[in-house]
Amino acid sequence: MSHVRSPIRQKWVTNTETYGKITEDITRPIESKPNPIWLAATAFSGLVMTIGFALIGWTMWKGIGTWGLNPTVGWAFDITNFVFWVGIGHAGTLISAVLLLFRQEWRNSINRASEAMTIFAVLCAGLFPILHMGRPWLGLWFLPLPNTRGSLWVNFNSPLLWDVFAISTYLTVSLVFWYLGMIPDFATIRDRMARAGRKVAAAIYGGMAFGWEGSSRNWSRFEIISLILSGLATPLVLSVHSIVSMDFATSVIPGWHTTIFPPYFVAGAIFSGFGMVQTLMIVTRKVYKLENYITMDHMESIAKIVIATGSLVGFAYMTEFFIAWYSGSLWERYIFINRAFGPFGWSYWIMFTCNVITPQLFWFKKIRTNMVITFIISIFINVGMWFERFVIIVTSLHRDFLPSSWASYVPTWVEAGIFIGTFGLFMFCFFLFSKFLPVVNMFEVKTLLHHPKKPAHLEAGESGTSESVSA
Amino acid sequence: MSNKQFLLGKFWDPDKLLEALGQLQKDEVPVYDVYSPFPIHGIEPLLNIKRTRLTVASFIYGAMGLMTALLLMGLVFGVIWPMNIGGKPSLAWPDFVPISFELTVLFAAHGMVLTFLVVGQYWPGKKAVLMDDRQTDDVFVVAIDKTRITDEQAIRSVFEANGAYEITEKEV
Repeated sequence: MSHVRSPIRQKWVTNTETYGKITEDITRPIESKPNPIWLAATAFSGLVMTIGFALIGWTMWKGIGTWGLNPTVGWAFDITNFVFWVGIGHAGTLISAVLLLFRQEWRNSINRASEAMTIFAVLCAGLFPILHMGRPWLGLWFLPLPNTRGSLWVNFNSPLLWDVFAISTYLTVSLVFWYLGMIPDFATIRDRMARAGRKVAAAIYGGMAFGWEGSSRNWSRFEIISLILSGLATPLVLSVHSIVSMDFATSVIPGWHTTIFPPYFVAGAIFSGFGMVQTLMIVTRKVYKLENYITMDHMESIAKIVIATGSLVGFAYMTEFFIAWYSGSLWERYIFINRAFGPFGWSYWIMFTCNVITPQLFWFKKIRTNMVITFIISIFINVGMWFERFVIIVTSLHRDFLPSSWASYVPTWVEAGIFIGTFGLFMFCFFLFSKFLPVVNMFEVKTLLHHPKKPAHLEAGESGTSESVSA
Repeated sequence: MSNKQFLLGKFWDPDKLLEALGQLQKDEVPVYDVYSPFPIHGIEPLLNIKRTRLTVASFIYGAMGLMTALLLMGLVFGVIWPMNIGGKPSLAWPDFVPISFELTVLFAAHGMVLTFLVVGQYWPGKKAVLMDDRQTDDVFVVAIDKTRITDEQAIRSVFEANGAYEITEKEV
């Protein structure tokens, strides 16, 4: 739609002059046959996922004795992976909800894929606490349901229970937000499939489109509820990771019971999530030729958020160290010196290098606009943020108050395999999504096209519909 | 909608459509609806669409969520199953904040979306009634119920003057 627009503003849609072209470009992967690379990648991630599930089965069969945990280090890979995946999810909600409230137009073409990333990441995250219970089939006991066990109720004072509520609310609200946003796009695909005579596809996408026809009255309602959902999801972004951080912060373990944890975790979550968004978007825009919709300006905007959140995370690391010294608590001070120079010191320096130093490279425009280097940096961020959680959890636990119970921790192949398996699950879901669902939000991108040209089908002199009677 | 005869003005530029709608509103022509591939901003006053009350519904659902959470936790910890954990009070309201917040959001979000689906009569597998099979792609359609208008020719000329590429009739 056209309205007066300053020439200094970026164009978020390039080389596109008609609404029809947007539809064609974005539905192309759905309408065409899967290419061999996609098939191979999906099959490979499916295989990794299957191995992961087999190891989950082994864990359930034998018990969590198959993991490397011990009485001192009672949380390690499992909770690290849980926090890692939940954190990744946060960028999706930030892009879809917070940036909508801030009227950031560049969110329109990356929100769909980021929300998908959120959902798949939260699915991966959810596996770990359930498995760590040891008897996952009793997971229902987490819910405050009337029961015949006493009746025994859950502990509402426990952050672990807050997590159950936070994660399930986060997952279901994100899912609804994501699906709702896809309804108009499903309708577009339905009508394209019907025009192409592909009846089965039209019926499937039509079923998912809920009979959407794009009436103005419904668009009006649709926009309002999108806005309200964003308003509801925005505090969710902050609350979920704050609650995850309270799993640690409300305990009395040195290195964990700090008041900085909630904002520090939220900044870290957004940082890691944007790292993953970079990884996925660089590949997606290239493979599906979406450079006109996910432009270099988009990639730069993401990089700028990475600098901001990466610096916040770095600031938090230093604040933690300062407060550990300033608190005068011997245990606190020891834990932090042990973190950086103890037996797990290597993991601390991996974390510090990846999260504090590498994102600073994005200050240079040459690096921000070089997709190969950006991709490598994004991988560094993913690695660094995984290590951050590992450092927080394992180094705080392995040397507790009593030196006689000090212990080390080495993961077993079962734990490592389950972790790699969740990458398989995540990528498998993402590949399926990128083939069968519209990766870019078509109707929102169309609102960014200013001064459209006459559609090609009208230039050729075709009539609108076969049924309509010309006046 | 069943067996109604519609006069359709089809546009490819939403700005032209807005101009046509402005003229129709001046001429006091009742417009049945407008169908577009994306939300056209500024269309609501031209179609006399009132702001939806879904926001109020959402607030009520949220309040219900908050009440549910407080009642549940208050009843369990205050009446049914008071717990003594390290001598701390069982009814410790600051501990109830996170769950109260989460349930408020949960109820508000899901309640509002369900209400939207029910009010708009959307359900999985519903058959869409289309005025034009490109209205979800790149065509913008103004639909006018023929039984409610008197001067059809005047409307046709408004459409034509404002750049409609096609003016047709359709029974749906």
